[in-house]
Formats: sequence, C-alpha cells, structure tokens
Amino acid sequence: MIELLALNPSWWQETFLIKVPIGLLAVLLPAGTIVYLYLFKAISFMQSRLGPMEAGPYGSLQLLAEVGKWLQKEDIFPSKADKFVFAAAPFVVLMSTFLLVVVLPAGPDALFVDLDAGIYLAMAVSSVSVIGILMAGWSSANKYSLLGGIRAAGQLIAYELPLILAVVGVVIQAGTMNMQGIVLAQAEGEIFGWGGIGNPFILTQFIGFVIFMIAVQAELTQAPFDMPVAESELVTGYLTEYSGIRFLLFFIGEFASAGVFSAIAAVLFFGGWYIPGIDAGSQVFNVIGPLVLATKTMIIAFLIFWFRFTFPRFREDQLQRLAWKFLIPLSLVNIALTGVLKVAL
Amino acid sequence: MVAQNVFFAILALLMIVSALKVVTTKNIVHAALWLVLVLAGVAGQFLLLGAEFVGVTQILVYIGAVIVLLLFGVMLTKASIGDEENINMPNRVLPAVIGTLMFAVMSYSIIDSYRGEELPKETVTNAARVSDSIFSDFIIPFEAVSVLLLAALIGAVVIARKEVA
Repeated sequence: MIELLALNPSWWQETFLIKVPIGLLAVLLPAGTIVYLYLFKAISFMQSRLGPMEAGPYGSLQLLAEVGKWLQKEDIFPSKADKFVFAAAPFVVLMSTFLLVVVLPAGPDALFVDLDAGIYLAMAVSSVSVIGILMAGWSSANKYSLLGGIRAAGQLIAYELPLILAVVGVVIQAGTMNMQGIVLAQAEGEIFGWGGIGNPFILTQFIGFVIFMIAVQAELTQAPFDMPVAESELVTGYLTEYSGIRFLLFFIGEFASAGVFSAIAAVLFFGGWYIPGIDAGSQVFNVIGPLVLATKTMIIAFLIFWFRFTFPRFREDQLQRLAWKFLIPLSLVNIALTGVLKVAL
Repeated sequence: MVAQNVFFAILALLMIVSALKVVTTKNIVHAALWLVLVLAGVAGQFLLLGAEFVGVTQILVYIGAVIVLLLFGVMLTKASIGDEENINMPNRVLPAVIGTLMFAVMSYSIIDSYRGEELPKETVTNAARVSDSIFSDFIIPFEAVSVLLLAALIGAVVIARKEVA
C-alpha cells in the first residue's frame, strides 16, 4: 500500500503518522456506522418506529450530538470508589479492542502487522477486556456494579473456550494461524476441484461459524447474553456508576468490539478482503479490499444486532449450561471431524 | 540490538516496580492488578526475544485466564475497597530466604547454560516450528504435562462435586 504511493517512511513515521491514524479510523468508523445503522435505525424499524429523525438527514448526525452530550457531562466519581482503578478501567477495555484490530488484514499489503500467530493474538487480547470489566465492577463500590462485574467475568470465561475452539477448526483447515494466510487459503481453495469462488470456510466450517457467532454474542454481552448489564435486575451492572466521557469510552469499546469481531468472522469464514473474479495477488485488492472487508463486516454485524433486538434474555444457569454442556462439546467434535477430514481428503 | 536493549530495560524496570508493589500493597485486588503488569512485562520480554507464540500464550493463559479467575475468586469472597490490616504475612524471614534461593538457582542455571551465547539476529520463531519441536523432540514431556493437567482437571471436578447423600 505504502509502496504504491512511492513513499519511503521510516519506522516511526510509518507507525505514528500512518498506522495509528488508520487504526483509529478502522476502529471508530465501523463502531459509528453500527451504532447509527443498527442501534438507532434497524431496531427502530423492527419496533415500528422511526428512530432519530431530527439531527441531519434521517437523523444521521444523531451520533455526533450524542457524543457531544457525553463529552460535556460531568465525570462523576462515587465518593467511596477506588479512584485510580475506577478511572483506568475503561481504558483497559478499549486497549483490548484496539489491539484486536492490529492483526486484521484488509488487502494483500494493506495490513498493520503480519503476525505469524495472528488469530491467536486476537483471541488472547480479546480476553484482556474481562480485567477492565472486573476493575470497573469492583472499584465502583456498588453492589450492583460488583454483581455485574462478577456475572461478566463468569460469562466471558465460559464463552472464551467455544470462541477459541471454533477458530481451531478454521486454523486446521487453512493450515496457518496467520490471518493473511487464512484469507489466501480461502481465495485459492477449491470446492471439489472447482475454484470459481474459492473456498470460503463458511461452507466447510458452518458449525464453527455458528459457535463463533454465539460466543461472540456472549463475549460482547449483547442480548440474549446481557446479564452483566441486565437493566431490570442490576441497573446497568458494572456501568452503573460511570458517566460522561468514561461511559462513552465503554460504549465505544462495546460497539467497536462488535465491529472488530465481525471483521474477524469475515476474515475467518467469508474470505476477508477477497472477492471471486479477481486474482488474489492483484494490487487492486489494496484499494477495494478494505471496502470489501467493511461490507462483509457490516453484514455479519447485522446478525449480531438482529439477535440482540429479537431474543429475550437467558437466565444465568441457562447461559452456563449452553456454554459448557453444548457449545464446548460441539466445538470439540467439530475439531475432531475437521482433523480427520483434513488428513483423509 | 540497541532498541531491544532499551526496551528490555524499560520492561524490566516496570516489572520490578510492579512486582514490589504486588507484595507491598495493602489491598488484595490492587496486588492482583499489579501482578497483571508483571505478567504483561513477561509477555513483552518474550516478544522482544522473537518468541511470538510464547508471548501470546503468556497473555492468553496468565492475564486472560489465571488473573481473571483469581480476581473472580477474590471478588466473590471478600474484596473491600481501601487498605486492609493484617494482609501481610507476619513471618518475613522464610519467604525472603526462599526468594533469595530461587533467584540464586535460576540465575546460576541461566548464566551456566547461556554464557557467551549470542542470540542470532532477526529470529522470530514461528508457530509451526514450536509445534514441530513439541511433537517431535519434546513429545514425552508434552504428554506427561497433558496427563498431569487432565488429572488436575478430574481432581477439581471431584472436589467441587457435591455427593448426594
């Protein structure tokens, strides 16, 4: 990408002037789009109402108004709170989201870092956000917050396993943990000798995809897995005491993670930046790749929010039972099957 | 290699300060959070050495699982905000002796096995090489550790299970 523009930046220029701003955009733009398109509009249409209409055409500037509102609100600290931990918690959650985007490839050369253990790193840093949530729940000095934090931790621990195990099937089939390698394996794959559309892993790893999306739904604490912030039981769980910019940071973290996880699902199961018909090594993908990936991301993100808007909340014991007694055994069977077929075929 | 040395120094300093904070802080949750920084520093050191897979595993296992379980347990039982009395161990001689002995043994073994060896430049060990060596040279230790973990898992299930009288 950079070579295309005939620039030759040094390492720090490339990092701080090119990669960091693009990374910020790559996190914030999908998050904003998801909030406007799905949280403001799609849910409104599903509930037979219009949603925001006043700010800008069709309410499209509503998000800016909301951000402005949060920024000028007072940043309240409860008097008994553990001040430093309380202040730091949203940044831990946000850091985990920003580290996730590092391994996402958006074209043959359009990527931040080409890590050999790419998807493994993504799984590892996504688990760090639990610490931020526990910090928030504990430091608020509020029993609802603490309950929400503990619920979140129990839920995230339980659903991390099916999330990682669902990815293992893809890794076995692609033969690499490198995200770029997974995209290329799908682009160059063949379905029984026919390479017309490559081999998107959604076809062979459909069980893995379903498990992955359920686990992502739980990791993002979106309904029907929103017990940690269950508003009818816990006010808003670990977010109860947060206001102003720190609440905004948690909010951005939630929707940015939804975007990034959808993008990871797009890379793992839908061929990432690749669309059939163009050679996978072509430079064209450096330009259209990010758009292709963004489109696929938005389609998958719609699934997440569709489920969020239409399913009632689980009970805590149902949630744990689903993870430990159904999803984890199923994903282990999927891994075993994938392994056998990989060797046999 | 200069940049690596500088970052090694920064990470090492961060780890030492955080490790001291882990044992001196008066609040048990703070101790766990300082421990997160120590473990993140370890992961950073692995990355500096080009051991990408080990560094990522460090994050996944220690920060993402062990510390979370620890915090989870502490918060379920007792987790008061603010300083606590009697949180430090009254007997400080024995831990000091054990700590010094550990330090001596580990420094001796590390210096003894790697004295004079230089890291080759530009080495990033990829995951394939790690798995190749696990499943060829180190297959017996790997299987032994697997059995040990399985035994611990079954043990945990047995202890946690309520016997129906």
